[in-house]
Formats: sequence, structure tokens, C-alpha cells
Amino acid sequence: MNIFTELGRFILMLKDMFSKPENMKMYWKEFMHQCVEIGIRSLGIVIIISVFMGAVSALQTAYQLVSPLIPLSTIAQIVRDTVILEFSPTLVCIVLAGVVGSKIAGELGNMRVSEQIDALEIMGINTRTYLVLPKILAAMVTIPMLVIISAVLGILGGKLAAVATGIVSSSQFEKGLFQYFKPFNVFFALIKSYSFAFLISSISSFYGYYVSGGALEIGRASTKSVVVSCIMILLMDYVLSALLL
Amino acid sequence: MIEVKNLKKGFSGKTVIDGVDAKLEPGKCNLIIGSSGSGKTVLMKCLVGLFEPDSGEIFYSGQSFTAMNKEERSILRRQIGMLFQGGALFDSMTVEQNIMFPLDMFTHDSLSDKLNRVNEVLDRVNLKDVNKKFPAEISGGMKKRVGIARAIVLNPKYLFCDEPNSGLDPQTSILIDKLIKEITLEYNITTVVNTHDMNSVMETGDHIIYMYQGVKEWEGSNKEIIFSKNKMLNDFIFASEFLQDAKDMRQLEMRGKIDNDRNMDELLK
Repeated sequence: MNIFTELGRFILMLKDMFSKPENMKMYWKEFMHQCVEIGIRSLGIVIIISVFMGAVSALQTAYQLVSPLIPLSTIAQIVRDTVILEFSPTLVCIVLAGVVGSKIAGELGNMRVSEQIDALEIMGINTRTYLVLPKILAAMVTIPMLVIISAVLGILGGKLAAVATGIVSSSQFEKGLFQYFKPFNVFFALIKSYSFAFLISSISSFYGYYVSGGALEIGRASTKSVVVSCIMILLMDYVLSALLL
Repeated sequence: MIEVKNLKKGFSGKTVIDGVDAKLEPGKCNLIIGSSGSGKTVLMKCLVGLFEPDSGEIFYSGQSFTAMNKEERSILRRQIGMLFQGGALFDSMTVEQNIMFPLDMFTHDSLSDKLNRVNEVLDRVNLKDVNKKFPAEISGGMKKRVGIARAIVLNPKYLFCDEPNSGLDPQTSILIDKLIKEITLEYNITTVVNTHDMNSVMETGDHIIYMYQGVKEWEGSNKEIIFSKNKMLNDFIFASEFLQDAKDMRQLEMRGKIDNDRNMDELLK
């Protein structure tokens, strides 16, 4: 299958997602279930990554800032901006592409192979609307929230590491944190996280939904969905940075 | 009634179904039989709309299924129940939730009404104390019965069963066959069964379609199959010497040349 055929199928899947739900209550239930699966169940890994990411960022920035002319509070500024602009949206979403993406592709792939998707179709349910749309919507609601939590925890992790190792004092770090703060950076991080959430959920749904074969193909689809999602995240990261910064 | 007219379907230039015509009547077990690769699964998938036929028409109670749009098909499909080969039960749901799913999706009944209906169909398929179990916790035969219960929970007009006996021991196989037959008569459903289980053919085949290389090779009932002179059908159905002997005995029995079991008992002494 060439890239254009795959792109065409992907666009058709997205187009077919929009149909009138058979029972709104059941779709809402599925949406909430996906919010828990994608958002709440990823919280643990996001917390761990964010705290360490911020801490390492603070230590490495301090290591590189050797000039006495640069005030120590600059470390906090650099930590804040790298975490908000790049680490939280991009790094967290790349990790989520692995955690959430492989889960979505695996779940849909298993449903396809064990004829559960066919069973839903026979019942008269639009499976793209019932299975794919709630996943994409749930990802677009929860992933930006995770990115915000990650940014806050990343900065806190940076502060913790910098203060604990005696690089800067707590007040110096806080002073630097509010210096030259641009609210647009948060807006930019949110645009990135919405875009990445869409990419992760739609790409992994696509590879899972169209699995054919057996268990081996489910594994392949999961791997492919993670690889393609990561590449698309990096590409989109570049495009958004070039366009908006 | 389901009517199939000149149905054709192929994949990558290879014809799998080649001009099949059939009438599948209500209150009867309509069996599609044939060896692997004969096109019986593709025919069934075309009938339920999982595959689009290349040409030909399918009518459900006179309405053209092939000419229907997505919404019309979706409405018609609420009258269709299907039992899949592996059961196709939703792994993340309990037996009760699996059966209740179509009720949740398509009815506005109260929870107690839905629970009553679930228990009613579970009782109908002779299953007890499995409501809270997950599909992974029940046996293959039970999964099939839960599959049947889910398929009939909305009182369908059409029931499709894809190899209902595959992977089951002979006793459970007979139970499933009996159940399908009883449900078909009880609810006057048009039942279409895709099988290559010879016991099912002889016991439940009110109307049998034998497929060979994508073509309808033979059509008749389980009584007519005994006297059929079609070589390909005979080679397929009565493949072993044992089954050939059984066929001969059944022929003699039906012609009144041997007197049922009494004679047999005496001969066996």
C-alpha cells in the first residue's frame, strides 16, 4: 500500500467519524471512559518524567552558565522557557505516543482481529464514530491538561533540584521565574499539545482500526503507530515553531 | 425472507462468488456449506454488508439491501443478529454488559427492564450464574451461547451464525445446533448458518446451499442430501467410509428397507 492510499484511507476514516450518534448517552460514557484511560492512567508517567526533566534541565543550565556576568536567576528563566516551550509539550507527547498510542492501536487491533468491530457494525453502529471519535476527543481534552500539569511539575522539579544542590536560592529562582515571562509561550505550548494530541490519537486509531491478520499484525500496528506518531510530532513541532515563533 | 440475485464478488481480480442466487426463508435453518475457500464466508459477509458485492442484489423482505444508504442499512441491521465464529464478545465487558449493550444502544428501557430481558435470554440459552463473569472466564461453548443471547436480545428477524460449532466438542456442538434450531422456530427467524459440521447439516439443515469454487453447486434439504447424486457434494459431505456407511444406512431406513433401531439392536446382538 503506498503512502497516498494510506493517507486517503486516513482522511476517509476521519470523515466517516462524523455521523449522528445512535445513543448520545452511550457515546458520552465511552468518551468519559477514554478520558480516564488516556488522561488519568497516563498521569503517573507524566509526573515522573516532568519532575526529572525539570530537575535535569536546571542542573545542566547551571553547568553551562559559567559567566559571573549572568545573574543566577537566569537559570530559572531558561528552565521555565525550555519546559514550557519544548520539554512539556514535545517530550511528554512523544512519551504519550508510546503509552497511549500503542494502547489505542492494540485495543482497536484486537477488536478488529477478534471480530468485535464487525459485531458492532452488524448491530448498526458506526464504529468509527463510536470507537475512534471518543478517543480523539478524549486525547484532545486530556493531553493539553497533562501538558499543563507537566509544565508546572517540570518547573517545580527544576526549582527543587537547583535549591537542593545550592545552585540558587529559592527566592532567586522565584525572581527569575517571573522575569520576562511571555504568556504567548503558554498559548504556543497549548497549540502544540492540541496538535500532538490529535496526531497521537488519530494515527494510532488508524493503524489499529485497519489491522488485518492476527496477533503479530496487532504488534506491528502498535509499533508502526508509535513510530509514525513520533515522526509526525517532530515534523509538526518544527512547522509550528517556524510559523508561530 | 432474504433473496440473493446473481451475486458476484471478487478480490484482486480473483472471483470468489460467481453469480449466486438463493432464497432464504423464515422459520428455517438455511445452511451454507462448502470446503475452505469455497466462498461461503464471503457470501455471508456480503449478506450482512461487511463486504460490498461487485454486482447482484440482496433483498431483505423485498427491500434492496444493496441499494440502501448507510442510514437505511443501519436501521435494517437492528433486525439482524449475528453469532461470530469466536463469539466476538467485548472483552472489557461482563456477560451481562455484553448482552445489555444492544439494549443500551437502541432502546430507552429502564435498567430493570433491560436486566429482565438479559436474564430472559440467558435463561433461553440455558446459562445461569454467569452474569458477572468476563468472556475470558467462561468456556468456548458458553461464549457461543452468550453470543447467541446477544444476537437475539433485540428480537431480530434475521440470525446469521458463522461456523457456530467450530472449536466445540461434539456434545456442545449438538446443544448449540439444537438451540439455533429451537430459536429459529420459536421466533420465526430467517436463520443463515455457515458451517462444515456434518452433524449440523444432517440435524438442522432445512435448506442447504452447497458452495463449490464460488458457485452454488447444489441446493436442497437434509432429506434430499441423502439421495443426492451430485459427486462433489457427496465427496464433501460423506468424505469418510464411516459417513458413507451412515448415509447408506439412512437411505435404507428412509426407504423402509430396515426398521429403525429395533432391527439394528437385534443385528448388533
